[in-house]
Amino acid sequence: MQSNAALEYDYSVVKLFTYTTILFGILGMLVGTLIASQLAFPELNYLIGEYGTFSRLRPIHTDVVVYGFLLSGIWATFYYISQRVLKVSMAESKFIMTIAKIHFWLYFVGALLAVISLLLGYTTSKEYAEFEWPIDIVVVLIWVLWGVAMFALIGMRREKSLYISMWYYIACFLGVAMLYLFNNMEVPTYFASGGIGSIMHSVSMYSGTNDALVQWWFGHNAVAFIFTVGIIAQIYYFLPKESGQAIYSYKLSLLSFWGLMFVYLWAGSHHLLWSTVPDWMQTMGSVFSVVLILPSWGSAINMLLTMKGEWNQLTENPLIKLMVLASTFYMLSTIEGPIQAIKSVNAIAHFTDWIPGHVHDGVLGWVVFMTMAALFHMAPRIFKREIYSKKLIETQFWLQITAIVLYFTSMWIAGITQGMMWRAVDEYGNLMYSFIDTVDVLHPYYVIRALAGLMYFTGFVMFAYNMYKTITSSRVITEELTNKTPMAA
Amino acid sequence: MFHWLEKNPFFFAVGVFVVIAFAGLIEILPNFAEASRPVVGLKPYTVLELAGKEVYKKDNCIACHSQLIRPFKSETDRYGQYSLSGEYAYDRPFLWGSKRTGPDLHRVGNYRTSDWHANHMWDPKSVVPQSIMPAYKHQFTNIADIDTAYAEALTVKKVFATPYDAPNGTKLGTLDEGRAAALAEAKVIAADMKNKDVEALVAKGEIPEVVAIIAYMNRLK
Repeated sequence: MQSNAALEYDYSVVKLFTYTTILFGILGMLVGTLIASQLAFPELNYLIGEYGTFSRLRPIHTDVVVYGFLLSGIWATFYYISQRVLKVSMAESKFIMTIAKIHFWLYFVGALLAVISLLLGYTTSKEYAEFEWPIDIVVVLIWVLWGVAMFALIGMRREKSLYISMWYYIACFLGVAMLYLFNNMEVPTYFASGGIGSIMHSVSMYSGTNDALVQWWFGHNAVAFIFTVGIIAQIYYFLPKESGQAIYSYKLSLLSFWGLMFVYLWAGSHHLLWSTVPDWMQTMGSVFSVVLILPSWGSAINMLLTMKGEWNQLTENPLIKLMVLASTFYMLSTIEGPIQAIKSVNAIAHFTDWIPGHVHDGVLGWVVFMTMAALFHMAPRIFKREIYSKKLIETQFWLQITAIVLYFTSMWIAGITQGMMWRAVDEYGNLMYSFIDTVDVLHPYYVIRALAGLMYFTGFVMFAYNMYKTITSSRVITEELTNKTPMAA
Repeated sequence: MFHWLEKNPFFFAVGVFVVIAFAGLIEILPNFAEASRPVVGLKPYTVLELAGKEVYKKDNCIACHSQLIRPFKSETDRYGQYSLSGEYAYDRPFLWGSKRTGPDLHRVGNYRTSDWHANHMWDPKSVVPQSIMPAYKHQFTNIADIDTAYAEALTVKKVFATPYDAPNGTKLGTLDEGRAAALAEAKVIAADMKNKDVEALVAKGEIPEVVAIIAYMNRLK
């Protein structure tokens, strides 16, 4: 039966994940803005005693943004997109509804426990995999629940062919599952020692260089399978939908997808250049990082060409503007990454602020913009109300663009300055600067970055306010929505 | 083929998995046994040092400090001999870090004293006036978790055959012996720290976190 009109999609789980996207977005960026300010003004380290130092808060910023904010966004869009492209409603299956609801609630409780445990100092100290083993078990359960919901939905599908977004969601699921499991292999010491000490403690299965290798195979790719794969899934659906344009090229989608899958995982070792990891692995990491430009730009170009002949929409529709800009930042970020992965460049860039600069132009420009565009597109369709204010989106857009530019330019300058100062020698070959000289010089850049963070955060609060007003008090929509998202001036 | 895969989700998923798992197999597996071999003379961490490593992790020092000296003259001049793989053989997890907001610490034990660390952790500006590092005063009152550190040592001894209790090596012994050894080690450091409150605590048998983390940092050479 092909009558799609009869299908009533169920958005209850989409709504729940939409709320947590906004909630964790605010929390993650608030902490981010605070720790950025701490580097500029160290007195801010003492707001909440031992729990408020930069070092303790930094994993909370990264993990809340990655696993709280963006993962929520991925799941909100997943439960939205998958029903539509598979042509099934979640309401058709009690099983799927139950699984999806448990998925959400376990995730929400797990996320809160994770934040509290990090605040209290329970950490493995492996970046983006800081959670101690009990939290890891909860994470695995959450992930399995998502997999069950996903494959159950796929099993019920009426549309036989999987749409491109589904490819990326499946890859996100499999990639993160593999990486997370292997990187978090750890032995709880309480049980192994026969009941001595803290139950929350564990040791890694791998030691030293091996641990580093597994960690950065994970660190690079788990984040990539969320920041890249989970976000491309969204843009492949929302850009054509919002613009009314067909995807420019199916073949380019194929090339980019399979290319990305094959190449991405190799690039992890570019985090370990000049380390004690064998040379050939470092070289592999460098080479594959450069090759990675191909599938990355493939996706981005596919998106930009989808807008061919319709560029006027850029001026008329702020959501198109957000998504086109997201694609552009994706291109910037995926050319910058490979440059940093070249060994000679990395010798200067590694350990400096250029690295957080790179991460943030990718995340603030590409990932967060796409996530906000997705939420704006979905809101009128799931809450049956038009977007509260177009003007607010425009203001927010320009504020955040300015913030991103300030952020990455200041961090580029800071990183390269410090990298050059570390290696500067005088005419006799002695080091010219003591370490603290190279910290002192960064102060103005840290101030600019903190300001940029504050501006971006303010823009996000405007987004949250716009969403809140949309959900609660905007004009109710009765007509069937096609492409362009309705919004009040 | 791709059209067929897109209609057969199971095989699609298998295809994706094979393609992404490939890199790990080739890049990570071949070197596994070799990379974890210790350099000659490397001893496992003492219980107090492990407790200190826990403090290092808990206060997440890796957010700003690396433990990886790269093979450049500018780095060996500043920090000492470049790092070797075998030096990390007993590091679970590795603590190389990825950002140097502060200097590298892989050989900090060569050029800083317990006394210096004590002042630095209490108030970084007292020894480095322009420092932007926060003070870690809570480490002077929080008590280090020696039992968990002992449990960790016992775990790596049992599960990974880390050579505790070997001739001329690090002695582990029973839990009580481990506690006593940690306290004896702590007393030496507390005396070097020249801090009355810390000395009083250690005399009572309680080891503050700062003593443990200094034991750990002194070991980094």
